[in-house]
Amino acid sequence: MSEPSARLKPTCFQELILTLQDYWARQGCLILQPFDMEMGAGTFHTATTLRALGPKPWYAAYVQPSRRPTDGRYGDNPMRLQHYYQFQAILKPSPPDILERYLGSLEAIGIDASLHDLRFVEDDWESPTLGAWGLGWEVWCDGSEISQFTYFQQVGGIDVDLVSGEITYGLERLAMYLFDKKSIYDLPFNRADSEVPLTYGDVFLQNEREQSAYNFEHADTDMLFRHFADAEKECGRLIERKLPLPAYEQCIKASHCFNLLDARGVISVTERQSYILRVRDLAKACCEAWLVTQKKEAA
Amino acid sequence: MAELLLELLSEEIPARMQARAADDLKRLVSDGLKAAGLEFKDARAFATPRRLALVVDGLPTARADVSEERRGPRVGAPEQAMQGFLKATGLASLDQAEKRDTGKGEFWFAVIARKGGPTTEALPGIIDAAMKALPWPKSMKWGSGAMTWVRPLQSIVALFDGKVLAGEVVPGGKMAPIRFGDATRGHRFLSKGTIQVTGFADYVAKLRAAHVMLDPAERKKIVLEGAEKLCADAQVALRADNGLLDEVAGLVEWPVPLLGTIDGQFMDVPPEVLTVSMRTHQRYFVTTRKDGALANRFVVVANNVARDGGKTIVDGNERVLRSRLSDAKFFWDQDRKVRLEERLPALKDMVFHAKLGTQADRVGRIEILADKIAPYVEGADRAQAILAAHLCKADLRSGMVGEFPELQGVMGRYYALEEKFPAAIADAIGDHYAPAGPNDRCPSAPVSVVVALADKLDTLVSFWAIGEKPTGSRDPFALRRAALGIIRIIVENNIRLPLRKFFDADDLMAFFADRLKVQMREKGVRHDVVDAVFALGGEDDLVRLLARVEAVQSFLATEAGKNLLTAYGRAANIVRAEEKKDKSLTAKIAGAPDAARMEQTEEKTVAGALADIECLVKPALQREDFAGAMAAFADLRQPIDSFFEKVTVNVAEKPDLRLNRLKLLNQIRVTMDSVADFSRIEG
Repeated sequence: MSEPSARLKPTCFQELILTLQDYWARQGCLILQPFDMEMGAGTFHTATTLRALGPKPWYAAYVQPSRRPTDGRYGDNPMRLQHYYQFQAILKPSPPDILERYLGSLEAIGIDASLHDLRFVEDDWESPTLGAWGLGWEVWCDGSEISQFTYFQQVGGIDVDLVSGEITYGLERLAMYLFDKKSIYDLPFNRADSEVPLTYGDVFLQNEREQSAYNFEHADTDMLFRHFADAEKECGRLIERKLPLPAYEQCIKASHCFNLLDARGVISVTERQSYILRVRDLAKACCEAWLVTQKKEAA
Repeated sequence: MAELLLELLSEEIPARMQARAADDLKRLVSDGLKAAGLEFKDARAFATPRRLALVVDGLPTARADVSEERRGPRVGAPEQAMQGFLKATGLASLDQAEKRDTGKGEFWFAVIARKGGPTTEALPGIIDAAMKALPWPKSMKWGSGAMTWVRPLQSIVALFDGKVLAGEVVPGGKMAPIRFGDATRGHRFLSKGTIQVTGFADYVAKLRAAHVMLDPAERKKIVLEGAEKLCADAQVALRADNGLLDEVAGLVEWPVPLLGTIDGQFMDVPPEVLTVSMRTHQRYFVTTRKDGALANRFVVVANNVARDGGKTIVDGNERVLRSRLSDAKFFWDQDRKVRLEERLPALKDMVFHAKLGTQADRVGRIEILADKIAPYVEGADRAQAILAAHLCKADLRSGMVGEFPELQGVMGRYYALEEKFPAAIADAIGDHYAPAGPNDRCPSAPVSVVVALADKLDTLVSFWAIGEKPTGSRDPFALRRAALGIIRIIVENNIRLPLRKFFDADDLMAFFADRLKVQMREKGVRHDVVDAVFALGGEDDLVRLLARVEAVQSFLATEAGKNLLTAYGRAANIVRAEEKKDKSLTAKIAGAPDAARMEQTEEKTVAGALADIECLVKPALQREDFAGAMAAFADLRQPIDSFFEKVTVNVAEKPDLRLNRLKLLNQIRVTMDSVADFSRIEG
């Protein structure tokens, strides 16, 4: 269980991140930094996808900026963003008290279990592009989904050796709940008593407008198709050279190109499935190559 | 006599799996006990979101030694049979069995001795085997282990006669074994530490003190009573919802119903939208006003006794609902700015099925069908039916249906009403997916009937054409449901629709016949009678077919009907037996018997009765007066009975006479078969 937190409960977006980092650090997690490439979710970070495979224990937590081009709304929708943050904790192998530890993190960010109604509602997770799936729940607080909790069973189509418990907090949504805001853009990014107090909108509204325009209108689709093909080819070449980490970056790149093309509406329903399968094949090959290096190291 | 108490505590079990898992645990342990020769009085199983529990009463504390003898295969039987015998009896080789002559040959015999002893020795193995065999719909590994369970298993209580059984479950890897014990945990938030129990009564009481209601039936009762009380105080009525009640009871160990309020600004959004948001997405119970309209209150069932009396929980839930409904209201406002007609081009981008084209293609087919069907539906305006078909899928491109797919049709109806289309068209759009199941409402307004039939016929005929026919339990496109829907619409509204005008495939007609039998069986209609009528062939008007089935079935229920069926059977049997001996006979006995060749009065009486009946039956059938036709047959019974009493058919020395009499018997068969193939009726 958690030690009593030294911190006060967070009052703004950045304090929410700091509190979670502090909490999971005290649970023995490495505090990593975001992966420096565009990706759809924190799961794509090598700290989750690749580290979930192989025989070595791994505890890590990090924030991952996540991009979902189709979710862009030009800053008009108060609840949807094409760029948002996920906080991800991964504990491999999942310890027996992982749920208690998770509940401790809620306490740390100011959710008092004696006032709220916390529930674990069945929600199985699957990522078709990563060839990954797991069983778990969405966690509800007073009817609002505040996290996803998954026990990974397969990644890259491979059965895991040790099961990872993966906890994902959608930070903006959680912050809206904690700070009682109806719009993401009204979230206080830093403390109200800061020298320069700013909201989430101050920081990101223009980005949402411009990136939505890029995603939906201006992204050069010929270039993206080319980039997809290049990344796919490069990935295959690097796998042959037994370099799973650089190869996996190409897989991430291909996946993001696909997401952009999807947002531009140039991929038909039938093609869509085949693109997903192509990315999955890359992810699978990377995972297999990674696993070889891990087993070699362990032996 | 002693009691076995078993509890398997885990992380949160999906609500939909709990009841089944409790039943499975009870069945598996009971079977294990019986197989071990342990009789008991009673076994009861329970489930909560975190535990499966089982109590078995009246078990003996010890078993006596038993010796059982089992006969095996014949001596010299094939190797496979021998191996099966050895496996079933647990013998290592045939040396341990003995040969014995039973008078019917020499057989192998095995004497299986089962050692008795304390029941405590048998139980751990039975529990272990039951846990391994428990069929979770989905299960998982956790930590470093290899064991699978629905979610990580945390502890096991296994008590027999108040004492902990020696046993453990090994999750594997580096994880500690889970030892059988007497300790469990209470409610996740309302109780701390572990609880030690001594037996079932103690277990139930201590769980209750630790805020866990073990029995799902009790949790349901508390939810229902609490919700009804809250509603009564707020002067609204709770809408009964057993499916939701079951689910909610599986989400809480300590139910606390609370009353919330829907923000007034959303009350003009269609009630179906509010209901989907509340019921499906949030698991809230819906309430209604005195006039039956949706009330602005909902009941949420919490799993916690909050120290502020639930105020924070209600606030939070109202907030979630507000944000969900803001989305819905946004779509409602936006969608109404676009006419349904304007949405149609976008259906060209929606693939319905790779081989069947887009939703736009599908709409085109449904329009053509609606045009063809309309003339058969009394009171249906053809132009209205075609227009309704034209617009019926337009709402698939609306924002609301994009977000809430279960509102397809329902939203189309609202948008059509907003555009001031006649109610008949709007209703047809809203109703055209119905009936969605055996308990769903069936459309009855003429235009709705046309479009609902067109939609289902298109589904059925199209998937049939590309070879996607249902097989066994596989029916991915719900074609059985489509066929049943068509049958219900036709039968309940008395629609005289010649189905064969809409498709050629014989096996599709047979598929309808099968569905009709299933449908009619539930209403007490005999499947053999349906078969008998279907066997006539060429009938594709289900209303006429069922009228005939009904007439035959009620006639068969009368004394005259039963006797006549016996007589028919005798006549048919004789003819069939003779036909078997002489293949050319069938041709020879076709046609009416020759009156001049009749020698006995009984023959003549039957021939006369048959002629009379034929005069009655033919016009009756033409009038579709099937009851009248069957009634006419009643007069045939007496003459036939006398005929069989006095007349010998197979008079070997007079072949012409024999042939004429066989003609007469065949005539009975032919006349009766004009109403239904009575040879298919099971006696």
